[in-house]
Amino acid sequence: MSGPGPIEFGLVVLIMAAAIRAHVAQATFAAALGFIAYGLLLGLVWVRLGTVDVALTAATVGAMTGVLLLSAATRMRAGERAAILERPGPALRGLIAVLCIAVSAAIALVVLMPADPAPTLAPAAAANNLHATGVGNPVTAVLMAYRAIDTLLVNVVLLIAVVAVWSMAPDSLWGGRPGPTPVRQDNEALTFLARLLPPIAVGVGIYLLWNDINEPGGAFQGGAILAAMWILARMAGLVDAPAIGRLSLRLALVSGPVVFLTAGFAGFALAEGFLAYPSGWERPVIIVINSAMTLTVAVTLAMLLEGPPTRPPSPPLAGMPTAQDAKRGER
Amino acid sequence: MSPVMAAPEGLLLVLAIFGPVLGIPLLLVLGGRQAERIGLVLLALGLGVAIAIATTVIRRGDALEYVLGGWAPPLGVLLRADGLSIVMLATTAVVIGAAGLYARSDFGVPRGMPETRAPLVFWTLLLTVWAGLNAVFLASDLFTLFVALELLTLGAVPLVSLSGRAEALTAALRYLLFSLLGSALFLLGVALLYGSYGTLDIALLAERVRVEPATQLAAALMTVGLLTKTALFPLHIWLPAAHAGAPAAASALISGLVVKGSFVLIIRVWVDALPGVATPMAAQLLAALGAAAILVGSALALRQARLKMLIAYSTVAQVGYLFLAFPLASATQLGTAAWTGGILQAVSHALAKASMCLAAGLITKAIGHDRILDMGSIGRVMPTTVFAFGLAGFTLMGLPPSGGFVAKWLLLRAAIEGAQWWWVLVIVSGGLLTGGYLFRVLSRALAQSDEPPGLRSPLDRRGERLVLGLALLSIGVGLVPLASLSIVHIGRGL
Repeated sequence: MSGPGPIEFGLVVLIMAAAIRAHVAQATFAAALGFIAYGLLLGLVWVRLGTVDVALTAATVGAMTGVLLLSAATRMRAGERAAILERPGPALRGLIAVLCIAVSAAIALVVLMPADPAPTLAPAAAANNLHATGVGNPVTAVLMAYRAIDTLLVNVVLLIAVVAVWSMAPDSLWGGRPGPTPVRQDNEALTFLARLLPPIAVGVGIYLLWNDINEPGGAFQGGAILAAMWILARMAGLVDAPAIGRLSLRLALVSGPVVFLTAGFAGFALAEGFLAYPSGWERPVIIVINSAMTLTVAVTLAMLLEGPPTRPPSPPLAGMPTAQDAKRGER
Repeated sequence: MSPVMAAPEGLLLVLAIFGPVLGIPLLLVLGGRQAERIGLVLLALGLGVAIAIATTVIRRGDALEYVLGGWAPPLGVLLRADGLSIVMLATTAVVIGAAGLYARSDFGVPRGMPETRAPLVFWTLLLTVWAGLNAVFLASDLFTLFVALELLTLGAVPLVSLSGRAEALTAALRYLLFSLLGSALFLLGVALLYGSYGTLDIALLAERVRVEPATQLAAALMTVGLLTKTALFPLHIWLPAAHAGAPAAASALISGLVVKGSFVLIIRVWVDALPGVATPMAAQLLAALGAAAILVGSALALRQARLKMLIAYSTVAQVGYLFLAFPLASATQLGTAAWTGGILQAVSHALAKASMCLAAGLITKAIGHDRILDMGSIGRVMPTTVFAFGLAGFTLMGLPPSGGFVAKWLLLRAAIEGAQWWWVLVIVSGGLLTGGYLFRVLSRALAQSDEPPGLRSPLDRRGERLVLGLALLSIGVGLVPLASLSIVHIGRGL
């Protein structure tokens, strides 16, 4: 590996600038923009370090938090002035800054004098055991085989995040649709893109999911692209958010954890135990789990961006509106 | 590193974590109409699993381990139930069970009614908190523990804002921010440790660990992160507000259990994963913060006008006792006794505080407020509740024969034998202050002069029995023979 070149130095300067911009900006909106730039630049760093899987994840996480932050900043504009007045005083802000700098400096110090050579599990994960996992991408092997429990639990965390967001809804709106009522946009370019891109993106998403077996990709990245397409179609007013009480939405949300858990428990009967896959069947099992997780990630991210329900359920207070409800939405 | 076969009892460890997890999709798909029934069935099964794990570990006299997916550490992840795990698993099952049964009156779902917000969210989050706690007690890999902490946090935070009121949302948001800061610091430490040792398995780390700057920094970051989640003074400032607006059952979970999850992780980091890294000075500092928590928390509890806030500050104080074990365990011959005391304090406080939080909930429901001054003579209309509150108070004060007495007595003895007399002063004055603020409540509740406040709703008899049951358990822990308490050390090489 060669030493740092001009690109690396440039990236470091830009990242520092974006980070400082995000911190010193007075308006929330400007701070959010600074943070988005910071996230994207960080994605580039991962590319330069040769970790495409991390770069993809960082980019998708950055994009998603970016959308969330921007929409939150837009909503908070009205109260911006009052919020600025409530900010902590210079003394507290200074203390926080000193603490942050101290922690960063300490970490930089110990990272710059690492054990030589730094111990790693990479060879064990990548070569010695990879054949037994049935996949060719060591990152997938870590996520789906060696440390499958972490992936499974994180999937549950995502699910709970949606429940947490929904829990902010007023009681009367429970079971209703989240987000604004769709308005067809006159913007022809947006409508055109929203019609053109989703089929392509679905292909890309499935490719990322499939590719993951041997090359960088995965359920999270695939799901994020699908969610992005949802947002595009939603912005163009072509679709409406599903009511949060809808059975199909609930099923899509839980599909990842349910399939993963089923495969996990099936391991007791068919393989060596929980989260072990039957010998020779590792690859198809992992593909099935990953597909379900892609669906969960896509729906989860879309519902996180939609927010809590804002419109009352129809018919009012029905527990699980179904077909009738769907028809109303299409009108 | 070939795949390893796993013990058959390992199924129990998997069920302890993934039993509650299974309930979450079930609730979301079958809908809130089934929430209560699904929740109660899982509570019963979970209690059974916790008991089965405990008896298995005690019978074997050694930790129960289960290799996930056949991938042994360092590549894979191990679940491990030792003495500390089984005690916390059992306490959790009991307190979660009581909170669930209590919540039937607040978040029950009458047959034939449509799904509503609060019951579905409450039962889902109850199962989430439970799964998160059990994962915290059973995982023996630092990254898996991080994920478990996240699950725990994400389950606990929305419970605080379940009422939907503005101040509850503010408190929940503050709790979330503090907790995320804690998570971030913990994760930074985990990353540093992986960079130094190439493993995150606790047992392997303990073999490889060296005292060097990167490890010390990792330990410091992880400790501060976990202290934030444990609400140790001065990082407690999120806790009182979080309790003020939370439903009674949620308060019982957070005060009783959630803060204990991160406390157990501090023991895992200091004792199990990184033995010898923390200096005696660091242990003294930790206990000094604990002492400050005891004194400041109790003093603030004395000044509260509302019962819920008094209980919240009491938690701030009682959390302080947990940290007295750290310097005492390393400095004396009675190290194991100090740990027994600390862990017993965690258990008996969980039971007693859950009882108190639920009792406060019953009182609030019955008279429509929780202002201590206006509670005159409530003992005459709610004798069982007030009696249970008093019993639970025995444990907090450390009066015999309660669990809190044995815990504090073990700590006291370790402090005396270890010639660290300053902790004796803290323990004794903490007990007196606790007596002071509990007396404030009980003297109002048992006042003879006042007209008893009118009841707004009929008494919740089931709730009263639960509160009394928890309080009696917190006393009963103190009656367990001291020799049997050594089960907390099974499989821990102490």
